[in-house]
Amino acid sequence: MTTTLMLDNLCLIRGGRLLFSGLSLRLEAGAVLSLEGPNGAGKTSLLRAIAGFLPPASGTITLEREGAVFSDGEERGSRIGWLGHHDGIKPQLTVAEQAAFWAKLYRSASTDGPTVQHVLARFGLAALADAPGQLLSAGQRRRLAFARLVLSARPLWLLDEPLSALDEAGRGQAAEAIASHAAAGGIVMAATHEPLGVACQSITLGRKAMVA
Amino acid sequence: MNGFLALLQRDLRLAFRAGGGAALALAFFAAVVTLVPLGIGPDLKLLARIAGGVLWVSAVLAALLALDRLFQADFEDGSLDLIALSPLSLEGVALAKLFAHWLATGLPLTFLAALMAVLYGLPMVATGALMLSLAIGTPAISAIGAIGAALTLSIRRGGLILPLIVLPLAAPAVIFGSGAVLDALNGQASGALLLLSAFSLLSLALSPFAAAAAVRLNLAT
Repeated sequence: MTTTLMLDNLCLIRGGRLLFSGLSLRLEAGAVLSLEGPNGAGKTSLLRAIAGFLPPASGTITLEREGAVFSDGEERGSRIGWLGHHDGIKPQLTVAEQAAFWAKLYRSASTDGPTVQHVLARFGLAALADAPGQLLSAGQRRRLAFARLVLSARPLWLLDEPLSALDEAGRGQAAEAIASHAAAGGIVMAATHEPLGVACQSITLGRKAMVA
Repeated sequence: MNGFLALLQRDLRLAFRAGGGAALALAFFAAVVTLVPLGIGPDLKLLARIAGGVLWVSAVLAALLALDRLFQADFEDGSLDLIALSPLSLEGVALAKLFAHWLATGLPLTFLAALMAVLYGLPMVATGALMLSLAIGTPAISAIGAIGAALTLSIRRGGLILPLIVLPLAAPAVIFGSGAVLDALNGQASGALLLLSAFSLLSLALSPFAAAAAVRLNLAT
């Protein structure tokens, strides 16, 4: 199970404004990358470009998995676990219903992977399984989003501000999830303003992208 | 296929829980259809003649009420990004959503319309034609509506623009649908149901592709 993400000379333009250009990057299996930079530097846009939503102005994004090469946006999309800054949680549905829905939607082909109850318990949501989404606090919503991410069982995780609204325990659970995903051969790329709590590389987007 | 059924089940749950559009659409339909005979007066002959048209137009407007959130709710709360990354293609997503919309509005409206036809003194045979035409034609409304909902998903108050896109395209369904009812009332043989079926099949075949293209366009911004 080897996964590699490669960005080559990437240039992103959004709404007629140049975000950055000449970004090249290579992430091997097990890598955790913290994506930093001031507001508006293009962190979210970069994640959306990798996920295949936003077509790059120039340059290529390639995901290699077990010898197969995916450079088309929608092909990459089906290997990506997404945690955006909106949580995607429905107020009318219970926590268990939502988790079960996403597990079914993402893993329609296979039944392997962790069970819904197990993942909810891992993020401290077991007692809330029957609570409707509208009763969840911002931090609990974020935990449910993390549970969904784990349930999606995808090799490349793209996280946008993953730690926002999480308390101490939640951050610990998030860091643990990120570390164990990387240890299992996955790749994590997180746009963040705060330390992730795990050993990681970092890159700063700005006027000129710099790799540190 | 599992993903398709999962999405269908979730959208149906959302439609029938508090704040979903299904009950609202049915109540709106019942209210409008009740109001028209009150405005026109007790001329049973006239009411029977206009029943097909009034019920059809009301059904289209009621279906529109539940349409504007079809993609927009998922877009605003971030679910649409996650759905787009799932193994289900966006065409499959559009088909599941329009099918859920039809099950939550078009199908119950078909039965409710038979009940409301009593208010118009519509004879049995014409009521049968009405139900048949709604059963055949309302999937076309959901299909055309899905294209409109996908086009306007990122527009604030897109629900106001949606009728301007959907209503002109839905005109053939209203014409053939109410025409079938009128033909049954006059005891004439009618080709209207055949044309309605053709229109419905065409809309259903094209809609998932058009709606998926519109969703892709909106996710890229």
